[in-house]
Amino acid sequence: MTATDIEVVKSDSPNTEGYHQFQLGEFTFSRDEYFVYIAWPTGSHMMSVDAFLRALQRDVAWDFFYGIVNFDGVFGTVNHYGTVDVFAGRYNDSYRKAELDYSENHETPAIRETFKSILADWTNSTFDPFASPHETGAAWGVKNGDNISAVTRRRVAAARMVGVPGDEQIRSDESGMPVNRMFLDVDQSEPVVEPEPGFEGEVAAFNLFSYLSRSDVTWNPSVVSACKDSLFCPTTEEYILPIIHGNDRVEWFIQLSDQITWDVEDRDTGAVRSRVTMKAGDVCAMPADIRHQGYSPKRSMLLVWENGSSDVPELIASGKAPTYPVEF
Amino acid sequence: MGTPSKSGGVEKSAYTTVFGSLDSYDKGGVELINDDARHYAFSNIFEVAATSKPWEKVAVAKNFEYVLEAVRAEGTSQWRTAAHDEFVVCLDGRVTVELVKLDVSPLAADAEGSIALDGEPAGRPMGRIHLGHGHQALLPSGAAYRFSTAAPAVLMMQTIAGPDTQFRWAEICQTV
Repeated sequence: MTATDIEVVKSDSPNTEGYHQFQLGEFTFSRDEYFVYIAWPTGSHMMSVDAFLRALQRDVAWDFFYGIVNFDGVFGTVNHYGTVDVFAGRYNDSYRKAELDYSENHETPAIRETFKSILADWTNSTFDPFASPHETGAAWGVKNGDNISAVTRRRVAAARMVGVPGDEQIRSDESGMPVNRMFLDVDQSEPVVEPEPGFEGEVAAFNLFSYLSRSDVTWNPSVVSACKDSLFCPTTEEYILPIIHGNDRVEWFIQLSDQITWDVEDRDTGAVRSRVTMKAGDVCAMPADIRHQGYSPKRSMLLVWENGSSDVPELIASGKAPTYPVEF
Repeated sequence: MGTPSKSGGVEKSAYTTVFGSLDSYDKGGVELINDDARHYAFSNIFEVAATSKPWEKVAVAKNFEYVLEAVRAEGTSQWRTAAHDEFVVCLDGRVTVELVKLDVSPLAADAEGSIALDGEPAGRPMGRIHLGHGHQALLPSGAAYRFSTAAPAVLMMQTIAGPDTQFRWAEICQTV
C-alpha cells in the first residue's frame, strides 16, 4: 500500500470554523477554535488544540516511534512496525476497569496519511507544532492559512555519521540553520580533520554540540550516528515533551547540557513510579515497562540512545529479556 | 529587560548553557515513588571519569550487546581496533585521534567490541583528528586508532561490549 493508494476519509466541506472532520475506522476527529474532539463507539474525548497538534506532529514525524505515543492520559497510538493501534483509554486504569477502552489496528500507511492530512488541515499559518512556546504564535482560532513547510520538515537520519561524505551534513548559517537564541554561547568551532589522501571518506568528525545548537525543532530525536542497531538520537528540548512516551524497549537518556526533569509512570496503568532529575553528564535508563514525560526549563541538549533492533520488543514482551537494562 | 517573543511573552536577553566537566559537574538523581533505583542505572559520566584510571572503558549504559563507555583520557592510549564502526564524543578537554588502516585485521568480520593491539599497527596512515568540546568522530571499522591528550579529558564511546569493557554498576549507579 502506497501513499497514493490511500483515500483519507474527510468531510466534503469544512465546518463553520473552516476545518474538515476526519475519520479513521470508527474514530472521528474534528476541531473548532480551541479544542479537538475525538469520538469512538464507546466514548469521546476533548483535547486543547495546541497540545493535540504538538503530539500529532511528533507521532507523524517519528512514524509512530518506538512503542506507545500517548497524546495524553486517554488517546494515543501503539506502533507494531507495519501496523499501528489507535486507542482510547487503553492505557488508562479507570477506562480499563470500566471496560470503556477502545482500540483499532490500522495499516501504517492508512494512519500515516490520515494523521498527515489532519496536521496539514488544522495547523494555521501562525502555529509551528515543532517550536517551543516562545518561538511560535497561537494554534487557536478559525482557519487561517496553513504552515505546510513547518509540519513537513524532513527528519534527519544519518546512515553512518553526520559529516561523513554522502551522509547527512552539518548545519550552518549558510544552510539556513542559525544558532538557536538559547544556545548563542555554544562554541561553533569544528574539529580539525587531517585525512591522508584516499581516506577523505573515512576520516570524519563534526561538532555535535554546534549541530544541536542549530536545531530548529524541539523534542524530535534524529539519528546522528549508527553502530549497527545502536543509534545516537540527540535532540534539543524546551518546555514539555508534547507526548507521554510508553516504552516497548529500554532506552537511555544522556543529558548533554542543562537540565530536564522526568515524570515516570507505569506504562500500562499510569501509576506514578518516580521522578528523575537529569543534569549535564547524567545517564539514566528508561525501563521497558514505563512511560515518561520530560520538562526542560531552558533549551537543553539530550542524547536519546536507542537499540533499533526489530527483535527487542518481542524479547521483552515475551519475558525472554527483562524490562530493565542491567542486573546488579 | 528582555526580548519580546512570538508568543507575546518576554524572554531573557541572554541564556547560559550549562555543560559538565571533569572538574565541575552537578549530579541529579532518581526520586523513588514506587520503584527500584537500580532499574534506572543512574550515573554521571564525569563522576565515573573522575574516579577511573586513564583509558579504562567503563560502561555507563548497556542495551543488549551495545554499550556507551565513559573514558578518562590522560596521556596516550594503546592502539585499538574493532570490526565495526565506533564513535567517540569528547565531552571535556581536547583529544587527538590517530587512524591507521590495518593491513590485516586481527578480528573476524563479525567480531563485536574493540580490542587492544600490541605495539605499533601495521598499515597505512589514514590521518588525524583534533577533537574539542562536543566534537564527535568516526572510528571506522578495520582501522586502528589511538588517542592522546595534553591534559585530562573525558570521552564517551558508542560501541559494542568487548573484552576490555568494565561493568561496575553497583559502584557507579544510584542504588537507593
